[in-house]
Formats: sequence, structure tokens, C-alpha cells
Amino acid sequence: MVAPVPTADPRTLAVWAALDEIADPEIPAISLVELGVIGEVAFTPRDGGGERLTVDLLPTFVGCPAIDVMQVQIGERLRAMQIADEVEVQLRFAPPWTSDRITPDGREKLRVSGFAPPVLIGPSFDGAELQVLLGKATCPYCGSRNATLDNPFGPTLCRAIYHCDDCNQPFEQFKAI
Amino acid sequence: MSDELPAATRDALAELLLTLADDEFVLGFWDSEWTGIAPMLEEDVAMSSISQDEIGHARAWYELLAGLTDDDADRIAFGREPDAYRHAALMNHPRTDWAFTVARRYLYEHADALRLEALMRSSYAPMAELAAKMRREETYHLLHFDVWLKRLAEAGGEARERLASAMDRVWADAQAIFAPLEGEPVLLEAGILPEPLAALRTTWLERVHAPLAALGLPVPEAASGPAADGRRKRTDDFAWLHSQFTMVARSEVAATW
Repeated sequence: MVAPVPTADPRTLAVWAALDEIADPEIPAISLVELGVIGEVAFTPRDGGGERLTVDLLPTFVGCPAIDVMQVQIGERLRAMQIADEVEVQLRFAPPWTSDRITPDGREKLRVSGFAPPVLIGPSFDGAELQVLLGKATCPYCGSRNATLDNPFGPTLCRAIYHCDDCNQPFEQFKAI
Repeated sequence: MSDELPAATRDALAELLLTLADDEFVLGFWDSEWTGIAPMLEEDVAMSSISQDEIGHARAWYELLAGLTDDDADRIAFGREPDAYRHAALMNHPRTDWAFTVARRYLYEHADALRLEALMRSSYAPMAELAAKMRREETYHLLHFDVWLKRLAEAGGEARERLASAMDRVWADAQAIFAPLEGEPVLLEAGILPEPLAALRTTWLERVHAPLAALGLPVPEAASGPAADGRRKRTDDFAWLHSQFTMVARSEVAATW
């Protein structure tokens, strides 16, 4: 595992490696690091002495019910490492998480587990092209692009439902957002 | 951040946050009632997901408000009497039928999109950041109800009649989304609200008029502005909903959730 942010600090690398072992609570095939929900990782001195480790958690959706679970799991995992005197996991909405933050490894793992990875949208997404985007999906089973959107809303906030017109499998796609 | 704000600005910001949160919270609860009984299975899933988004947005606004006023988000959400809620009168109505829900949602989603677009330019960074994030999510809601409006209007017959009648019933109360706030001058001065609500309402009317006219739906009279008590008037329907969504919290007041 290589930290997404270049660093030579062994402790920071250890933190990224630990976070990469925590599975996404809703799609366990990929880790929190692969999902792109980890922002900055920083060690800072505390006022009263000692050191604080701060990890920014960038929620996929504002109302994602898995946020609390992720926050607890990250905190427990890092505290168990005894790598800092205090661990703080803070929710951040800037930079906003977007589906483009899912790493190439994460996209491939999604596909292998039957989830079509999201269509890449670039930084200027404003929804104007949403209808076109929703029409694009590649079947994770047979690779066909001949798929029909069944429902832009799925079993969790971040998933849409499609039907592959070639292999006749229903499948889910991670929403482009 | 909250320590740096003058008291008058903080109060005005708190008022704005409460309106944003209450709009999403109350609408989220009304429309969550469609879970299991929407016109088709896909719509059960869609309305549940959309309602979950709205409750999630409400929670984020309540959290921001709680941080600002040294309060607790759950207390604000569930611990107030019905009279203390500040959602627009549009959200006083019950779920009613599907056409009513589509009419209300169509008007609300466009209003909310405009409001978020404005707040993305807010001088209050936590608000601007949240608005930017929510705006991306709301694109899915907007598209959904644009499609439904068209679908019911073009279906003709009872669907179209019910839609037109619902539009007529919600029109005046929808204006209340843009009812002026007590602290609005302060918010505008501080750049927290980058545009007056009245100006946002004008843009909103332009945006919703064209599609309604194109579908041949009667466009209700545009001149009447929001009622002065548009965010304070409460109804028996809302009092009932309040009794429902506070039921669990009231059952064990001292519990930690």
C-alpha cells in the first residue's frame, strides 16, 4: 500500500496502511482508502504536551448512515496502534468527496465483486450532464455497455440499479457524484 | 469560527440554519411514508433513498447549528414543540397522493437547488462547504422530479388533473420557502447569504414557469409573494407528524442515542 499523499514518514505510512485494512461497511470489497474517504492524516503537538493524530473523513453522501461506523472503526483501529497520545477522526466536507476519488485499485475491486465502478466525471460536475451519465454503465459481469437504467436510486444512497441487455444480469453501479 | 461572529450575526445565522434544517427534516419525514406504498417498487426505493438524503442533510445542518449555539443536534431535531419549527408552510401538508407529492417536490427541489447554489458562495465556510456537497446530491432529486412532472402531465386524464389541482394547492405555501428572515439584512451584510431570498424567488419562478408552461399546466398567479408568517404558521397535520417523529425520543427522554 502506498499512501495517496507522498510521504516518507514511517508513522504516517503505517496509518495509511492500517486504514487500508478497514473495509467499507456497505461494500466490504473495498477499503476506506480505496473508497477515497480519507483526507488528510496529520500528527500535531498538543498544547498540554504529547501528540495528536488527526484523520479527516470525507463522507461519500452527507446522509450516509455508515459515517458513524466508519468514524468509530477508524478511531478504534488507530488507538490500538498506540501511535499517538490522542486520535481524532473529524468529518470534513471540503474537499468534497466525489466518486472520482475511488482509486484505480478500488474501481477494479468493485467491478470484480459485481459493482460497476462510477463513470469518471471530472472536477466541474454540476449535474447538467447527469441524464447522459446515467445512461452509461458497463456490465461488471460480461463487460457489455448495452445496459438499461432501472433506477437511479438503489439499496444504499450511493448505488443505482441497471440491467444488462446482453447477459441479462441485473447489476448495481456506484453513482457518479 | 462561532466565537468570531458578533452576537447579531450568530443569531441570524442560527435562524437561517434552522430554516434549512427544518425544511429538509420535515419533508424527509413526510416522504419517508411512501416506503412500501409508492406507485411502484422502483419508486419505493427511490423515495426511501431521497428521504434518507434529506434527513441526512437536516442532520448536518442541525449539527452545524448545535456547534454554533452550544446545543445538541438531537435536542434541536426532536426536543422542540411544534410551534418552534421553522419549515416553510409547504411542508405543513401531509403526504396526500402521489400527484401532490410530485407537485410539492418539483417546486421544492428547484427552490432548494437555487438556495444551495447561492449558499455555495457563502462567506461562512462550513455552510459553503456543506452546500457544495449537498448540491451534487440534489442533482439526482431534481432530475427525478422533473421526469415525474412530465410523466404525470403527459399521461393526461386523472393523473394530469390531480397534478394540476395539487400544483394549485401548494403554490402559495411554496412561496414561503423564500419568506424573508428576521436576520436577513445582517446575513446579507456579512455575505453569509450572498443573495436576498426575494431575488432567489424571482429566479426560481423563472425556472419553474417554463417547464410548467411547456407542459400546458396552469401556472398559478406569480405576483403573490410569501406570506409574512410563511415559516411560522403550523397546522394540525404537522402537529400529528411531530407527534410521530418525536415519539421515540419522548419515550425515554434521558437516553443517549
